[in-house]
Amino acid sequence: MILADFGIETAEEVTNQLKTQAAKAGATTDAELRLMLKDLLVERLSRNDSTLNLDDGKLPYVILVVGVNGAGKTTTIGKLARWLRDGDWEVVLGAADTFRAAAVEQLATWADRAGAKIVKPAKEGADPAAVAYQTVELAIQTDADIAIIDTAGRLQNKKDLMDELGKIRRAVEKQAKISEVLLVIDATNGQNAMSQAKAFAEVAEVTGIVMTKLDGTAKGGILYALQKELDLPIKLVGVGEQVNDFAFFSPEEFAKGLVAKK
Amino acid sequence: MFGNLSDRLSDTFKNLRGKGRLSESDIDATLRDIRKALLEADVALEVVKDFVAAIRERALGDEVSKALNPAQQVVQIVNEELTKILGSENQKLRFAKNPPTVIMLAGLQGSGKTTLAGKLAKWLKDQNQTPILVAADLQRPNAVTQLQVLGEKVDVPVFAPEPGNGVGDPVQVAKKAIAHAKKSQFSVVIVDTAGRLGVDEEMMQQAIGIRDAVSPDEVLFVVDSMLGQDAVNVAKAFKDGVGVTGVVLTKLDGDSRGGAALSVANVTGAPILFSSTGEGLDAFEPFYPDRMASRILDMGDVISLIEQAQKSFDEVESKKLADKIANEEFTLQDFLEQMQQLRKMGNMKNLLGMLPGAGKMKQQLEDFDESEISRTEAIIRSMTPIERNTPRVLNGSRRLRIAKGSGTSVTEVNQLVNRFEQAAKVMKTMSKGGMPNIPGTNPVQMGGAVGGGYIGGKKKDKKKKGSKSGNPAKRAAENQGLSFVDKAEPKSGSAFGISN
Repeated sequence: MILADFGIETAEEVTNQLKTQAAKAGATTDAELRLMLKDLLVERLSRNDSTLNLDDGKLPYVILVVGVNGAGKTTTIGKLARWLRDGDWEVVLGAADTFRAAAVEQLATWADRAGAKIVKPAKEGADPAAVAYQTVELAIQTDADIAIIDTAGRLQNKKDLMDELGKIRRAVEKQAKISEVLLVIDATNGQNAMSQAKAFAEVAEVTGIVMTKLDGTAKGGILYALQKELDLPIKLVGVGEQVNDFAFFSPEEFAKGLVAKK
Repeated sequence: MFGNLSDRLSDTFKNLRGKGRLSESDIDATLRDIRKALLEADVALEVVKDFVAAIRERALGDEVSKALNPAQQVVQIVNEELTKILGSENQKLRFAKNPPTVIMLAGLQGSGKTTLAGKLAKWLKDQNQTPILVAADLQRPNAVTQLQVLGEKVDVPVFAPEPGNGVGDPVQVAKKAIAHAKKSQFSVVIVDTAGRLGVDEEMMQQAIGIRDAVSPDEVLFVVDSMLGQDAVNVAKAFKDGVGVTGVVLTKLDGDSRGGAALSVANVTGAPILFSSTGEGLDAFEPFYPDRMASRILDMGDVISLIEQAQKSFDEVESKKLADKIANEEFTLQDFLEQMQQLRKMGNMKNLLGMLPGAGKMKQQLEDFDESEISRTEAIIRSMTPIERNTPRVLNGSRRLRIAKGSGTSVTEVNQLVNRFEQAAKVMKTMSKGGMPNIPGTNPVQMGGAVGGGYIGGKKKDKKKKGSKSGNPAKRAAENQGLSFVDKAEPKSGSAFGISN
């Protein structure tokens, strides 16, 4: 379990639970134990609703996407936009990552692929809150269903940058309610993901987690610890660079992957 | 002041002072904590296992250090071994004999390759190289544009014949880039490549294709310092795939402990060359193994204390002192020098506060008056060389002169002389194998006695000189029989008992 980035404490706790259950049920074989472990994980991971919160009827739904540098925010947005477009939703993307070189162009390419509108900053280094505001504005004007706002990657220990997220939130809330704040976490990250989640949850009021790069060898065990600790649902997973490499989180699948033999 | 690890360590060891050799159980107790610390820092499990086993072996054979308690000593061994794996000194980038030097970047998606390419280009340019950036990431949307923007910012040309976004063959781009660099006489070629997962066969083949096309002098594996247990798999895949000659750690400005550094260094065997530490294009520096080691262990305080103690307590000096004490030549002059040695380590109160377990001495620390050392120094400095070397000659008029000269009172001079005589006796006892539980003395009150901890450790020097017994009590008895002329006061004799 440590190998899957569960973290020591969580690994010990789950192992103890498993021991108690196994003793009660009299399970001894490897296969039995694995099955039991899987059920135990699924039970916990299913407690939170992992569907996107897109049905209160007040359009546009605004989704804010946050995370550390290189977690896969922009790619996730591209995939999400495409999936929503496939379902005939009108989507507006907001390129509020005004910091990183060519981040805006990267999102524009995804907007193209997905067939979504995009709001770009007036110039590089422009105020991201302004871009967020304009994005929602355009969404309202054009009767779009969903606005997704990309933000610059920021490490959770940079206070100024974290505070900026609060400003973006407030700019959006002037015109619309924020339906989801998705925190994108790289599955290859280890225990630091917990620190990321805690900091972002506090500052940006995260409503769900997206775990990316699960197509690699990383198992993303930290997810379990995250959900347990912060009570945040895992909403989406990213499994590749293509526009369709995207799925809703399935506790069953995920737990199977975790307990599978190598 | 300390993280949990240090506290745990100090707990484990509060009863273990004064052992002559690290015992198996001391080591195992410390290693349990270290193992946990490493795992919490995301060092991969298999790496932790090997590492801890190696430490255990080394620690078992080690004798007790002069300046450190057992927990500190194990920590120090760990720190040294960590530093060794991470690279014992600053590793330099390899340049080709005949330019251009070709540097290829490889790594997972989002590890920071493109940003790093920009930083590396700037760094090389600042060193009077003429770098060129090559946009061979034709996969990620607008990676080419990103590199062009970066190139513009650092004023380095970018070779980008293909637009990217899935269009163009990166192997061809790389090939053409080398030809172009040779023709235009660029000294360094930096090839940015697409992010790829270790398990992606097709992409790894492409990376190998690029490598073979450019025959790089360095293949730098760019690693996100937040990487978890998967670091081992990823590092293996890149090592066995494209091959790795050097490692760069990115996002070190975050709050991750960076255990991935250890996993990757261990698996690839390649040196870590640079660390990338921020959003700015000059947030890039050579990698410092020692800093990384203490970051992973999260024991910066303890480690800097260990270093301080070792550096300040000069080996040669202390050997000289030990000899003097053994030969009963310890004088006020030595007393002064010893005090100055201790002062080199910095403010005494801070220093003592840094020691794990110092909490127990808190009250004494509060009472400790730094200026007392200064007064003691002043008194000794007001003495003539003869007086310093043979305190016996200090009669009434000399004491009065000294008191006046040092701005103190005769009483204070008397106190110092008395304390010195007491300390000299205690030290003699200790040098014969006792331990520094100084009878009737507040250990903090007297400069000399504070040093007692260190002096006590000097048993080892003494032992090398001829003791036969590994058992400190026996050895002490042995020494006593051989050369202990001054009879120890019954009270100081009790120090022997504690030593075992």
